[in-house]
Amino acid sequence: MEKPIENKSRRKFIVRSLFGGTGVLLGAVYFGRNALRRNLYHAIENAEVAYSGNTGTPLIWFEILKDNSITFHCPKVEMGQGTFTGLAQIAADELEVDIAQMRVVHAQSDSGNIDAMSTGGSTSISGLWVPLRELAATMREMLKNAAANELGSDAASLNIAQGVISNGQKSITYGEIASKTKKWEIPETPALKPLKNYKFIGKPVSRVDLEDKVMGASMYGMDAEMPNMLFGAAVRPSKIGAKFINADTTEAEQMPGVVKVVKEKDFVGVVAKSYTEAENAKNAIKVNWQTEKVWQTKDIEAMVEVGKGDPMVIQKEGKADSILENEGQEIIQSEYKSPLGAHAQLEPNGAVAFVEKDKATVMISTQVVNITRKEVAEKIGLEPEQVNIVPTFLGGGFGRRLHTPNAMQAAVLSKAVGQPVKCFFNRQEEFQNDTFRPPTHHVMKAKLNGNGLIEALEHNVSSGDVMYGSALFPSIVEPVIGSDVGAWRGGMIQYRSIPNYRAVSWRVKLPFATSWWRSLGLLANTFAIESFMDELAEKAGKNPVEFRLAHIQDDKAGNRLKKVIETAAEKANYVNEVKNGRAMGFAASTDARTPVAQVAEVSIENGEIKVHKVTCVIDPGLAVNPDQIKAQCEGSIIMGISAAMHERMYVEDGVLKPIIYGPYRMALMKHSPREIDIEILQNDDKPGAVGEPPLGPIGACVANAVYRLTKKRLREMPLSLA
Amino acid sequence: MEISFKINGEMQTVDVAENTPLLWVIRDILNLKGTKFGCGKAACGACTVHIDGNALRSCSIPVRFAENKEVITIEGLGTKENPHPVQQAWIEEVVPQCGYCQPGFMMATAALLAKNPNPTDEDIDRNIVNVCRCGTYYRMRKAIKRAAELSAGEIHPSEENKV
Ligand code: FES
Ligand code: FES
Repeated sequence: MEKPIENKSRRKFIVRSLFGGTGVLLGAVYFGRNALRRNLYHAIENAEVAYSGNTGTPLIWFEILKDNSITFHCPKVEMGQGTFTGLAQIAADELEVDIAQMRVVHAQSDSGNIDAMSTGGSTSISGLWVPLRELAATMREMLKNAAANELGSDAASLNIAQGVISNGQKSITYGEIASKTKKWEIPETPALKPLKNYKFIGKPVSRVDLEDKVMGASMYGMDAEMPNMLFGAAVRPSKIGAKFINADTTEAEQMPGVVKVVKEKDFVGVVAKSYTEAENAKNAIKVNWQTEKVWQTKDIEAMVEVGKGDPMVIQKEGKADSILENEGQEIIQSEYKSPLGAHAQLEPNGAVAFVEKDKATVMISTQVVNITRKEVAEKIGLEPEQVNIVPTFLGGGFGRRLHTPNAMQAAVLSKAVGQPVKCFFNRQEEFQNDTFRPPTHHVMKAKLNGNGLIEALEHNVSSGDVMYGSALFPSIVEPVIGSDVGAWRGGMIQYRSIPNYRAVSWRVKLPFATSWWRSLGLLANTFAIESFMDELAEKAGKNPVEFRLAHIQDDKAGNRLKKVIETAAEKANYVNEVKNGRAMGFAASTDARTPVAQVAEVSIENGEIKVHKVTCVIDPGLAVNPDQIKAQCEGSIIMGISAAMHERMYVEDGVLKPIIYGPYRMALMKHSPREIDIEILQNDDKPGAVGEPPLGPIGACVANAVYRLTKKRLREMPLSLA
Repeated sequence: MEISFKINGEMQTVDVAENTPLLWVIRDILNLKGTKFGCGKAACGACTVHIDGNALRSCSIPVRFAENKEVITIEGLGTKENPHPVQQAWIEEVVPQCGYCQPGFMMATAALLAKNPNPTDEDIDRNIVNVCRCGTYYRMRKAIKRAAELSAGEIHPSEENKV
């Protein structure tokens, strides 16, 4: 039963009784700005992204159970970033319940609770900061008003603590109210509590998913199961640009455990009784692939070059172009490069799908519930409303699960056999069918004035696509934006008291999918700009920290950036000199309005670069959960070290390699700094981005430190002395 | 072929092809999903279990190798009520992010501590060689040391059972 109730403010509340009468669901619609504009907003680097559900259906469900616990059906998925915990804190504080009473689950798409955006871009907490508190507060007032009727008291005289409402003599729990109340009144949105009254927001609350994860009890997409489930495997090409022509499946059909070989127009797959049987049968299928060109790494490298493809000026102040035009002596120029990178998230992409006559269910780790639903529906000829997406925990996201074609394959295989089918990538397929972090090439140019300050600075970046081609990025927006904003994330000049600066993005289309990878272009762009800033500081004979500070404008963003830089230098006792074989490297970046400064302490051991300590100062604004912000900084630093110092995909005779961990070198325990010292500044009164910004500076930090040790300037990632 | 082994204290007999990797027997036949698949090639450690006290990568071990042996998975390491010192330390240090790699790391750590109750940083670097993409190594190192402290005064039931 659904009973929509509308009130004067722009919210619509819906009350749904649960089957079996165990509780009541209260849902609310929060109207955001329209979708196109939101996408445009999202696209602009410094924008704040408002949260938005699919308008018309509730985007937030609170389920109030008789035992007085509250289940929050979360529209954002949990991929390790701590969103479940942060949102539980935010809701608990306005609901007036203890954090221990909050249970957080992924909202299934058939609850109507669908995030129209995605989980990514470090926007979950910041986007829900206002709507979630307003809805929780309204819900609390609804419960309070109902309790006033029940207790025969004036609502204003009631006290609430831990979900129990009392008039001094008698008390009643939220659970009791929810099960008794037939008619709900919706108040005007109440005023939110002052920040200082919050009990959970701002505190290092332990993760709500911690115990289950430590006991091995959390369910990921790979762990999903349905009754009578079979196992599927789809043949995927290992060569770039390979087109499926046809396949010989005679041998596979005879293999043990095989239930059916499924031939489609564009792919061939197999369904079997067990995973190993499905994989074995798949390997026995002989596919005839057609490739037009045999690609090599050098072909790719030749494409990614500033000057090739379509340029787009993404930032411009003053006359940097004309000042830097004359390749005269006083122009300083350096080039930098970053390689093709893989997501390498630990949980391979997979899904369990069950397609029935007029409905389908898909259990999957996805960052884009809404898109997954649409794609599956289209593929099997159902309406999106007939498809229920059941999101699970994600064994890492990092942007990899913004594309979920595996859901469609599982659905096609399930449809073919009329039973649930689980189908996922093996590790080789995961590496070869990734939506890679694109390689980049950067040309930095500058001119110093007589006082050793920057007169003009220019950053040219060439990159494979990031946002373009993504289902998240509607093609109609492309001409409006004009360049790939994902590629130039972090590519703009953050030192805005320089009189003349310019940033130009060059777009190239590579022959394989490149896309979102945690922080998008931030790591590579910051590597180029912040390495170059150190080069310029040296040319100017200045201390690199003071040199940076001298170019920051006097406004709010500038002052926040200054503050993280000063604090990091002080905290790390930054010095230029090499001490006991160790040198420090400094770098800073601003991403999605969050400034971060880092100092890396580095030595060279047996010809290898070793990072001993990283100091990190971040200003994400209001810190909802300081401990999880630290966890995100630590994780970003280590993932950044991995990408900046170890990882690289290459192409050999048309084949993307490596195809396995190990050969795809990644940071392990032994590469991780033994000391990470983090400080959180809060120079804004609302929460900002956390999950990606701290990935920015680390590559440049390490390169800058290596230069102090060796006088060798490393301008190409992965950084190597060999 | 019928193969019997003890898993988390219970005798189990399964009827599968003898070359089936132990991982799939544990996950899909015995329905213990805490042991994860990451690569299937002994390259990431997500599938680490104990076989007679040794930490091994179950994706690359044929089930027949476990015949008559004792297997412990994350589900047998400890419980919420009675966590293994490694799990207790993991909770105290709030280690997991996505959590997918964590059972493998905890199994590797428990086996390391059983042999080397006080590992140095170098011991940790040499022995804990699983992959964590979320980059939780920093907290893991702290948790490993904390687990060593916790186990110093205590023998956990799951360890006692072993001969
Ligand atoms: S799944 Fe066994 S080592 Fe990766
Ligand atoms: S916690 Fe995500 S891979 Fe380790």
